[in-house]
Amino acid sequence: MNGLAAPSRMSKTSRFPAHPVAGLAGTSFKHEHLPAILGDDPKGGFFEVHAENYMGAGGPPHDALTKIRRDYPVSLHGVCMSIGGPRLLDKAHLGRFKALVDRYEPALVSEHLAWSTHDTTYYNDLLPLPYTHATVSRVADHIDEVQGTIGRPILLENPSTYVLFPASTMSETDFIRELVRRTGCGLLLDVNNVFVSATNHGFSALSYLADFPLQNVGEIHLAGHAAQEDDEGDLLLIDSHDGPVADAVWKLFDVVIGRCGPLPTLIEWDSAIPDWPVLKAETAAAQAILDRHADSLFGKAHAAG
Amino acid sequence: MPQDELQSRDLGRRFDYAAAFTAGLLDPDRAPPDAVSGPNGKAAIKRYAVYRNNVTVSLIDALAASFPATLRITGPDFFRAMARFHVRETPPSSPLLFEYGRDFPDFIERYEYAQSMPWLADVARMERAWLDAYHAADAEPLASGALASIPPERLADTVFVPHPATRAMRSRYPVVTIFAANRSDGPVGRIEAGDPEDALVTRPGLEVFVRHLPPGGAVFLDRLMAGEPLGAAAAAAFAERAEFDLAANIAGLLQAGAFTAAHQEDEHDEP
Ligand SMILES: [Fe+2]
Repeated sequence: MNGLAAPSRMSKTSRFPAHPVAGLAGTSFKHEHLPAILGDDPKGGFFEVHAENYMGAGGPPHDALTKIRRDYPVSLHGVCMSIGGPRLLDKAHLGRFKALVDRYEPALVSEHLAWSTHDTTYYNDLLPLPYTHATVSRVADHIDEVQGTIGRPILLENPSTYVLFPASTMSETDFIRELVRRTGCGLLLDVNNVFVSATNHGFSALSYLADFPLQNVGEIHLAGHAAQEDDEGDLLLIDSHDGPVADAVWKLFDVVIGRCGPLPTLIEWDSAIPDWPVLKAETAAAQAILDRHADSLFGKAHAAG
Repeated sequence: MPQDELQSRDLGRRFDYAAAFTAGLLDPDRAPPDAVSGPNGKAAIKRYAVYRNNVTVSLIDALAASFPATLRITGPDFFRAMARFHVRETPPSSPLLFEYGRDFPDFIERYEYAQSMPWLADVARMERAWLDAYHAADAEPLASGALASIPPERLADTVFVPHPATRAMRSRYPVVTIFAANRSDGPVGRIEAGDPEDALVTRPGLEVFVRHLPPGGAVFLDRLMAGEPLGAAAAAAFAERAEFDLAANIAGLLQAGAFTAAHQEDEHDEP
């Protein structure tokens, strides 16, 4: 699909097997599932980890990730680089991120179009930014700095948002396209985020996807959401990652994979975490859609040849 | 000043959306920032409240995950109310959430509604030490028999290198007993008044251990961890507790994996 997802580091001696991630469905790795995962046979799919959870010096987190990485492709997902913030990036945090990339040789590396630290406070949420010519320059500088430091492109994830900035002068898709143009980064398309934002802001998820630079997508996220109401009593969706993927999101996913082919696809389930078989079944549902489109692509190529 | 920083300040002057957005994140009484709205002129009160709620609840959850025995003792409602005050007063300064909560035990000590549980702050200190040991660097502990190779006349000069996970903790309360009862899955009885307990936290492999230190053991370990030789550390322990048992203490520390190396004081003259 594109050359961004898989790094080529042939010259380096690897501590781990290569484990390609193309066309696979995977899920968030949760420590409590480790014994069940290690007992799985055959092993398939991939795991995504939040980088910050592995930034301690040692102990069980690194032991678990080492075991996972030996058997599976791993996606390293940064949650708090504050790439979308107005301030300079935290050099110490960037250094820790690079150390993880070097140590675990992940198949995928991603971060968010959002921010979470301001001055000296870390807010532990993905906060929104206005889309302007000034912010696009700043965010592009931040992406350049991350990619320059870790020595490979990242996948940037589209956010789910609850508010808009009247000061914005660009659409989110134009903003993201411009970031790709300036930095050469790839994209992580979170289909649930598209659905959540489309509902919250009254636009069509399909037209968003039509505007989105799909050719640059290297990974897909799917997740569950929760429902609240806004001040006017209308539906306000919350990107809660605490349940199964909604039917409407599965349909959008099918549309995306129909256009892009089978991309690595992650089920994000971060709270109210179910037992491993439930998560595994959700991953299998994503894999079935990927495989169906892979077969039809192959079928077409075969027919054409 | 670097060009980078000049640009950042310039952008900040034009529109510091982060300053505007964060002003009310930890303050439920503040209106949403003027800089945000809903679509088509819709209001943003409930919309902004989603972020405010995410921030506060996720940080309370982080404290609940790091201090499970404290939570079990107080019950979830008490704990979350207490944690909410702390989150608003002292939000994290690091994006590493396992570092968060260093000031929480001191906050608990001052917290008005926790005054009837004077041991609670020490239980939280124990949990903080446990979490630090959990994430500490991995290292091979010094073998139990390591001292056998040191001639008896040199033992007093022996200096120990603490394992990165090792922590000593002193308490006026039976903190080890309370901690152990509330970190296990079994039923917990009433917390009885009991003898003070000092504690040793170690992680020789992947599992964190919390042990009760015998009389004088805490001062002995403190001194050893500060780099004092065995003789001086033992003298300090005897001075504090006449019943201090040197052989039992040193054997207990070695068996727990508290150190990674031992050497003679004059062998290493590092600055
Ligand atoms: Fe996502």
